[in-house]
Amino acid sequence: MCLGIPGLVEEILNGAPLERSARVRFGGIRKEINLAYVPSANVGDYVIVHVGFAISVVNEQEARRIFRYLEELGDLQDLESNREASPWKPV
Amino acid sequence: MNIECPLPMETLATDSEEMVRLGHGSGGELTERLLQNFVFPYIDNRWIQQGHDSATLPLDGSRLVFTTDSFVVSPLFFPGGNIGTLAVYGTVNDLAMSGARPKYLSCGLILEEGLPLKQLARIMQSMGRAAAEVGVQLVTGDTKVVEKGKGDGVYINTSGIGVLAAPQPIHPRQIAASDAIILSGDIGRHGMAVMAAREGLDFENPLHSDCAPLCDPVMALLAAAIDVHCLRDLTRGGLATALVELAESSHMQMQVHEDQIPVTECVQGACELLGLDPMYVANEGRFLLFVPANQQQAALEILQAFDVSAGSRVIGEVIGLVDDAGTADVILSNALGSERLLCRLPGEQLPRIC
Amino acid sequence: MQYLTEYRERASVEKISAEIQRITTRPWALMEVCGGQTHAIAKYGLQQLLPPEIELLHGPGCPVCVTSLAIIDQAIAIAARPEVIFCSFGDMLRVPGSHSDLLSVKAAGGDVRTVYSPMDALALAQVHPDRQVVFFAIGFETTAPANAMAVFQAQRKGLGNFSLLVSQFLVPPAIETICADGDTRVQGFLAAGHVCAITGFEAYQPLAQRIRRPIVVTGFEPLDILEGVLMCVRQLEQGTCDVQNQYARAVPREGNRPAREMLQRVFEISPQHWRGVGEIAGSGLRLRPQYSAFDANQRFPRVTTGRDDSRGCISGQIMQGRSKPDDCPHFGKACRPQSPLGAPMVSSEGPCAAYYRYASRYASRYANRKPARSQYEKQELPNEH
Repeated sequence: MCLGIPGLVEEILNGAPLERSARVRFGGIRKEINLAYVPSANVGDYVIVHVGFAISVVNEQEARRIFRYLEELGDLQDLESNREASPWKPV
Repeated sequence: MNIECPLPMETLATDSEEMVRLGHGSGGELTERLLQNFVFPYIDNRWIQQGHDSATLPLDGSRLVFTTDSFVVSPLFFPGGNIGTLAVYGTVNDLAMSGARPKYLSCGLILEEGLPLKQLARIMQSMGRAAAEVGVQLVTGDTKVVEKGKGDGVYINTSGIGVLAAPQPIHPRQIAASDAIILSGDIGRHGMAVMAAREGLDFENPLHSDCAPLCDPVMALLAAAIDVHCLRDLTRGGLATALVELAESSHMQMQVHEDQIPVTECVQGACELLGLDPMYVANEGRFLLFVPANQQQAALEILQAFDVSAGSRVIGEVIGLVDDAGTADVILSNALGSERLLCRLPGEQLPRIC
Repeated sequence: MQYLTEYRERASVEKISAEIQRITTRPWALMEVCGGQTHAIAKYGLQQLLPPEIELLHGPGCPVCVTSLAIIDQAIAIAARPEVIFCSFGDMLRVPGSHSDLLSVKAAGGDVRTVYSPMDALALAQVHPDRQVVFFAIGFETTAPANAMAVFQAQRKGLGNFSLLVSQFLVPPAIETICADGDTRVQGFLAAGHVCAITGFEAYQPLAQRIRRPIVVTGFEPLDILEGVLMCVRQLEQGTCDVQNQYARAVPREGNRPAREMLQRVFEISPQHWRGVGEIAGSGLRLRPQYSAFDANQRFPRVTTGRDDSRGCISGQIMQGRSKPDDCPHFGKACRPQSPLGAPMVSSEGPCAAYYRYASRYASRYANRKPARSQYEKQELPNEH
């Protein structure tokens, strides 16, 4: 259900409430996307798009969280790998 | 709670076997079953048994290669080409994939009542240009008109004759263990360009079809005496379907590496948006080459000198004859380090949205 | 593509995977609720990156799979009418009704069109005032606001030739139903990230307490799904049953207020029949009475329909986590995507189709097999892509 992918808001095309729309970039293509449900989204924001509607604005800080966690995890795993051969079980 | 199956299955499975459905023309598994069950049983000779896109015929001592292809595409015009360019390149490519230099084409037109003549002129102009570009002659043809509503504007059939330029006919049976698998460029452009135009998806950056003739790089490989084991152009069904077909006809197990398979940002973006897998999207200007591993470098250098195959790269290798199970496998190893098996495109490719 | 490709990187995925292995002490069965997650799990072979103790069960979150036979028959009947332009998302076209499917209606001359958005259908209604444009409004909470907007705008613009055939589902009642079944093997849930982008996850707190199982709101990329598994397994190992949010970059606690307001303005909660599962109270949406003029069921005659039939397909068991697609005796034999016996084989998000496409008949053989490093990989070819 609910295929949703992130795209970059490049230009607001229509500012009227309930008809707000923008040109949004997905990789190498652009498409006009309805922004009625993300009134705060602006140029430069990434939005998650489902069936032509932006349903949320990507929170950059939260997006980075997992990579900070991975760094911590990496440090931890490096420490452990000094004791064992590798925490990643050999294939 | 009632645990009941949702569907009246057996009847449906039977119905779908009783009449031709659109999926039978998608180049995937349904097409294969149509041919196996309803075509091949009634036509049997040593050429058709080869199961190849073209036949090599021993006529008067020379080695002629003969092929035919029909073109039905909607819309007739799409970014990067039209049905006319496809009709020339498609047949020329079938000949090239057998190791033949294309010489002569026929052109059968089935026109629908009401087609604007201006459109026909544009299509024929494209055919003429494409033929001149490739160096083939359109030497004979036929025209029929069907009633309005009985055709999609224009259908074109082209048959082609070429002369074998390879030392022997090129066929999947020559694929050998440890062969390198080379792909001639990025995938999925034609299918996404046509789908975007057909479904009225208003992509602002038009996706251009990759449709192009493939004979020049193939002739260069043969001229350089590269030991070409097999060639296959990627058309309907995409890269995945082509690999599976080759694995089955050669009884070889193959492995390809997803992170070596180029996809442009445009195609990737469109595929992500529509939920499609570029491995199954159609191409009209890409091909696979199988060569012994020790010739892969030489082959790459030749291919990369041509615009149409400048993006060539090794995407995998032939592992060896398929084992006990008897069914050929194509294993795709993805960038994460896990694997999945490829299969033929099951039916028509539909955008996945929900 | 930013916020997409970096969640598909091997080094990151291996770290999470190693952490899951490290903390797992015994077998756990988790259900990913959403079909999009099932698709990603099959496509990326994520089960291979998990320790053998962790089993992923595939939930009912594919709208194509759960839309009832009666509604599909109704869709087929409407689409066959000469005055109608019938618009649908692509993957509904192949779902068989009692006797036919939408692709066959199209083959027989019906005007059936694939659209990307309900707003595309609305635009068609404006361009073709002489035709009746019907949109097949399937989906979960994520799609409902888009469908609601189409109706709201149609009313505002006074479009008399636009209507929706509604088949909307709600996730939480389905989770509760699965858990109410004493036999269920599901011990924890990965909730559907995009559903929660609309609804938020406050309602999931009391639900997790009632069902006494952890719920982790999870995204759709490999790294998201594996982190969702990690968070869920950690809770199971510790014996907690809280709601956690793995997908916080897209899902705020409160969800999307404007979208929810529009959803509630246009739709009201109704009972809903889930194909293969049965009727679940309060698990669907229908148009509110003030929008009934846009209900395709009111505008066109109702058809009587065949009975949901159980000759072979085990979709209900699969979607409730009792069976895996390749447990089915018909899987890959009588039942294949080109001749499906059940809806889960139709949609590419359906668990059976995902298994067929990405693992085929070797699903079991490959499910827990660690990939071999091929000779080719050792050559360290440049990775430009």
